[in-house]
Amino acid sequence: MSTTLNPGERPTGYLPEGADINRNIAARRLRGKIWQALFFSSLVIGLLALGTLLYTIIDDSFGYIAVQTKIDPEELSDRPLAELSKEELIEILRANISAGLFRRFDRDEPFSERSKESVLQLIEERVIGREVVASFKLTESLLERERIEATVRERFPRARLEFHSWLNRDFLTRPMSSVPILAGVGNAILGSLWVIAITMILAVPIGILGGVYLEEYASDTWYYRLIETNINNLAGVPSIIYGILGLAVFVRALEPLTSGAAFGVTDSNGRTILSAGLTMALLVLPLMIINAREAIRAVPQSIRQASYGLGATKWQTVWHHVLPNALPGILTGTILSMSRAMGETAPLIVVGASTFVVFFPDSVFDKFTVIPIQIYNWTSQPGSQFRNIAAAAIIVLLVTLLLLNATAILLRNRFKRSY
Amino acid sequence: MEQEARVSIERSAVIPAGTINLRGRRRFGERIIETIVFICGAISIFTTTAIVIVLFQEAWLFFGSPEVDLTEFFSTTTWQPETGRFGIWPLMMSTLITSIIALLVAVPLGLGAAIYLSEYASPTARGYLKPILEVLAGVPTVVYGYFALTFVTPVILQGLLGKENVEIYNMLSAGLTMGIMILPLVASMSEDALSAVPRSLREGSYGLGATRLETSVRVVVPAALSGILAAVIVAMSRAVGETMIVALAAGAGPRFTFNPLQAAETMTGHIARISGGDISYASIQYTSIFAIALVLFFMTLLLNLLSGWVVRRFREVYE
Repeated sequence: MSTTLNPGERPTGYLPEGADINRNIAARRLRGKIWQALFFSSLVIGLLALGTLLYTIIDDSFGYIAVQTKIDPEELSDRPLAELSKEELIEILRANISAGLFRRFDRDEPFSERSKESVLQLIEERVIGREVVASFKLTESLLERERIEATVRERFPRARLEFHSWLNRDFLTRPMSSVPILAGVGNAILGSLWVIAITMILAVPIGILGGVYLEEYASDTWYYRLIETNINNLAGVPSIIYGILGLAVFVRALEPLTSGAAFGVTDSNGRTILSAGLTMALLVLPLMIINAREAIRAVPQSIRQASYGLGATKWQTVWHHVLPNALPGILTGTILSMSRAMGETAPLIVVGASTFVVFFPDSVFDKFTVIPIQIYNWTSQPGSQFRNIAAAAIIVLLVTLLLLNATAILLRNRFKRSY
Repeated sequence: MEQEARVSIERSAVIPAGTINLRGRRRFGERIIETIVFICGAISIFTTTAIVIVLFQEAWLFFGSPEVDLTEFFSTTTWQPETGRFGIWPLMMSTLITSIIALLVAVPLGLGAAIYLSEYASPTARGYLKPILEVLAGVPTVVYGYFALTFVTPVILQGLLGKENVEIYNMLSAGLTMGIMILPLVASMSEDALSAVPRSLREGSYGLGATRLETSVRVVVPAALSGILAAVIVAMSRAVGETMIVALAAGAGPRFTFNPLQAAETMTGHIARISGGDISYASIQYTSIFAIALVLFFMTLLLNLLSGWVVRRFREVYE
């Protein structure tokens, strides 16, 4: 044994004796405690990140806004505008805008045919001209009210301070607008629903049957192994590649079909809801198949054997016994795929979601926008009010996803069977 | 006995012998269904084939055009479609830098969280904590992009390093946020691998007098190494292919730089920006995104195959 060791250094295989044992154990326990704290803190950091994320979003969705008007509504009339008759409103409008502009509005749609609401809207836009000149975060709104009031008095003397929730009913129903406070996610919600519907109509049956093939029908041949490896690899392909595939195949090559030209629709190109839905269907298909397989595999073999024993054919066994028993698992997988499709943004940018759509889609051949695209679009705009509506749109998206996932968990627990 | 005999006698009385054909019938319905089911399974092959054909076809057009040269594509460091200079390195480099930053965040934190969940946490605590981590994994990436741009860059990075040192769009912020995004993936996959290590190994280690830390780090982690490595590789592939965070936070415009505090566009970010604008299908910019996508596809494919190989090669099998 070497005797030239430095003090404190020990040869391998050294067994501590006497007082050394206690010191050795104390040191190891201390090291254990330190590392346990480190492991725990990495978990805490993960959770803190989630907390900060939610906090940032909520902080941006509510808060004070400074509103400035060209003219005080009370100067226009001694009664609230909403209580005035249509004729009185028209008079106010005529008195406050130039005669040329008034004639132009009349030419666009004669005032005699306009509703009271539309006149009121014109007054609000053209005469009162509400404009948000500054917006503040929730935290500062709650804690530093005096400072905000002082800033606003100094920089915008005519502005009025009011508490505003960027997430409100108007936001949920209105279409896109270039003025943040008038913008909404109404048509984006509808667009998301259209795209998800097409995705699911295609991906669910194909995914389930694909799972049935791999679990029930396939024998261990080379093409079975090819399909299996292929599906697992497809699940790892970045989503933007699916976007590229959709751009080349659905938007360009199949343009007559996806633009609706083959069905008599003339005013569109291939960048439609249909192309988006088809692309998303290809994207979630591997996920659907993998989930369906797992659900089918969990059905015990004895059920199949009992069915065969009674003389059922393969498809009768699958249809009447395997699929009903696998249904909860398949449903869970379906909902998870759906929430994936719901939050996916990159492929839709490539396929060509329009960033500025003001109408509500009413057919699969329409241009479209979806909630994540709106979030992307608003986040990349300069101007803090776009951040506010981006945050509000994120809340809409996250609440939808949370509801979907909660449903998945409920379904799983409700229909869980033990064999 | 007697009763059974009577039953069989009655049966044969009802159905005269010789009328039941027990041979399997041909069922055309079954054949049709079998074909349909096979087609549904094989559609995934169609997807892959279509991806490969589309990428190669357009990339072929790209490399065939007079402005482009294959060696120049892989060896030069300027990507300027306007002047006809196509060197992929600026895009590739910022993809690598953001991904490596993401892994530096996600791997230690994810592994630490996994070890805590699997070796230290009580079953009740694990029951609550793991779903929360999975919620973090389910947040759409565009939301993380928003987080990077409105919180990580202005509050954390510019707060710590000074406003003049950090550009509004920078790779560090994108990388850090991406790390937070893939952290739950690493944690969840590693936790699965750690939990799969049989209890007897831990008991054996405790029996030899090892502490919990020594058991975790020297026995359980090595036993679960294949799963953990696979998790790291899958995380790398996710980071390379991630689009929304880098599109929002890493900057628009290719730039060859090693400084993570500067803006530089990644491969995915470039594809998203170019295809999001109005481009003509005949332009070289249009075909160039297919060439980038082809490189990206092979990078992620390689990583996915590697992760499969690692699992097979290093797997420790316990009964």
